[in-house]
Amino acid sequence: MAERLLEVEDLQVSFATEDGVVRAVDGVTFTLDRGEVLAIVGESGSGKSVTSMTLMGLTRGPNARFAGSAKLKGKELLTASEEDLQHIRGAEIAMIFQDPISSLSPVHRIGDQIVEQIRAHDKKVSKGEAFDHAVELMERVGIPHARARARAFPHEFSGGMRQRAMIAMALSLSPSVLIADEPTTALDVTIQAQILAEVKTLKEHSDSGIIFVTHDLGVVADIADRVIVMYAGRVVEQGTLDEIFYDPQHPYTWGLLGSVTRMDRDPPKRLPSIPGLPPSLIRAPRGCHFRPRCPHEFERCAEVPPLEARVAEAPDHLDRCWLEVEDKRTRREIEGRIGLVRDAA
Amino acid sequence: MGRFIVRRTLSAAALLFATSVVVFGIFEVIPSYNPGRAIAGRNATPQTVAIVNKKFGFNQPFYRQYLNTMKLIFTGQIVDYQDQLNVVSEFKSRFPATLSLVIPAALIWLIAAIILGSVSALRAGRFADKALMVMAIVGVSIPVFLLGAVLLYLLAYKLTIFPNTGYVSLTSNPAQWAYYLILPWFSIALLSIGFYSRVLRSNLLDMVNEDFVRTAKAKGLSQQRVFRRHVLRNSLMPILTMFGLDFATLLGGAALVTETLFNIPGVGQYEATAIGNLDVPPILVGAMFTAFFVVLFGALIDVVYALLDPRVRLTG
Repeated sequence: MAERLLEVEDLQVSFATEDGVVRAVDGVTFTLDRGEVLAIVGESGSGKSVTSMTLMGLTRGPNARFAGSAKLKGKELLTASEEDLQHIRGAEIAMIFQDPISSLSPVHRIGDQIVEQIRAHDKKVSKGEAFDHAVELMERVGIPHARARARAFPHEFSGGMRQRAMIAMALSLSPSVLIADEPTTALDVTIQAQILAEVKTLKEHSDSGIIFVTHDLGVVADIADRVIVMYAGRVVEQGTLDEIFYDPQHPYTWGLLGSVTRMDRDPPKRLPSIPGLPPSLIRAPRGCHFRPRCPHEFERCAEVPPLEARVAEAPDHLDRCWLEVEDKRTRREIEGRIGLVRDAA
Repeated sequence: MGRFIVRRTLSAAALLFATSVVVFGIFEVIPSYNPGRAIAGRNATPQTVAIVNKKFGFNQPFYRQYLNTMKLIFTGQIVDYQDQLNVVSEFKSRFPATLSLVIPAALIWLIAAIILGSVSALRAGRFADKALMVMAIVGVSIPVFLLGAVLLYLLAYKLTIFPNTGYVSLTSNPAQWAYYLILPWFSIALLSIGFYSRVLRSNLLDMVNEDFVRTAKAKGLSQQRVFRRHVLRNSLMPILTMFGLDFATLLGGAALVTETLFNIPGVGQYEATAIGNLDVPPILVGAMFTAFFVVLFGALIDVVYALLDPRVRLTG
């Protein structure tokens, strides 16, 4: 069995704001093993970025409150000292951010920014060695003429090349956990595909665990082993890629999957969408957070549904919906959005 | 680079021309302005005034007077009306005193503002920040002449810690030079410390939320390093622009209040006297002197900008 890297249990993150307390993450539980790709999916504001940034201690601040537990190889991250976190950041957990244009310092050379990362954790490495290593990394992620390009500034790079540089930086110390926070969202479609290919290569050639935060289900289908679906700060469903795509249990997941165009279907006249907007996390609805937008809502939904397995043959496929499994399958078919054709895979 | 220098030189020439015409023109329209009378003396007969007017060319048309004056300035022969001193050599001999006053004062305010602004930003919202920002407001609000006078009264007159005005040149006695100048330095610096530290603080606080600062943190850099190398480095640019202009105008004589108050024989003191006497040549030379420094430092700041921020390119 692969080594367990992350163990997150009942993670809660809230921020005090002028309007009230925002419960950005409300009871998130998951694990990450070596060599696996875990996708966290959800709309903007569902808490997926806050969850991943909390693992690195990047959401800490005077107004932030944390509860629950998040352990890296058994070591608690939520209560770790700022100094311990400094050693973990970049070396144990590294992150690739959404917008490569604003995520690199505009006034430092690309190579120097990677060198800075390497030397932050090992002062014994000379600048020259670190630079050579940076060039190697840049070559590895497919930046041509890496040695010359390492002396360039971020504004002399295209968006895709900058994201490659970000990946090179994140990989520089071979972290056990790599968090990619919507790494392709800000890029052109063709560049997206290249960057995804890069992440896939990474998955095959390194034994890091990868957390891939995205709202793009096409990307998820492409690279994830397991999927967490988040809605309004809570995990509404989690399971393997096949479980989520071919036997989704939560009406929100149906909605997400239904809003994607599929190559194996006739194109719909109008791309379906989930009506309504996600709730405010300051005054979230009682019970199931998805209730106000859910067409299948009934009395019991005012109680918070537990995150538990409802499909007997898949004990790790968890969801938060009160509907009976058979009932769900019928309703899902009627909604007509999800195909159950397993052979299509 | 060559193109940059040529364009800046041309714009400097244009600015100097415009400044001189405007300053010279102002005196044409001041109603009570009568230089012939001022030179001839209060009790002079109309005949004497007429002779003076003819000798100095005050009865010639505006453009002639202007050209004559420019010719005198650029040949270094211009004299002031009051004491018939050569204005150019007066500026030359007074400039070291102004440099002695302005350069250390500028260093003091720049360094103090960077330190205080950083402390404020790092402790944002806490007591140290609030206290510093109140002090900064006070510093900005106190007029230089009042601050200088209060410092003189308390520290020089009452407590006799510092000398009561005066100036000793750096070359004759460095220790005395600094001793005499400490109060003037601080009375100039205090206002700018307040202003600059507030501007820097808000730049820093904006910068802290930038994505690349988050990246720097995520790399595992120490807080200190994140602050120095990423936050501070990117926040200093706007301060620099302000600094270039403030420094240039002070060199050109904008420290005239301090120089007068502390009796420092710099160009500002000379200009202050000239303004009091409506003595055109020193005022005109002073204005052109200032304009020259403004252009020079404007160009220098642009060069520094381009060195600090690779995205900036030098254009005329």
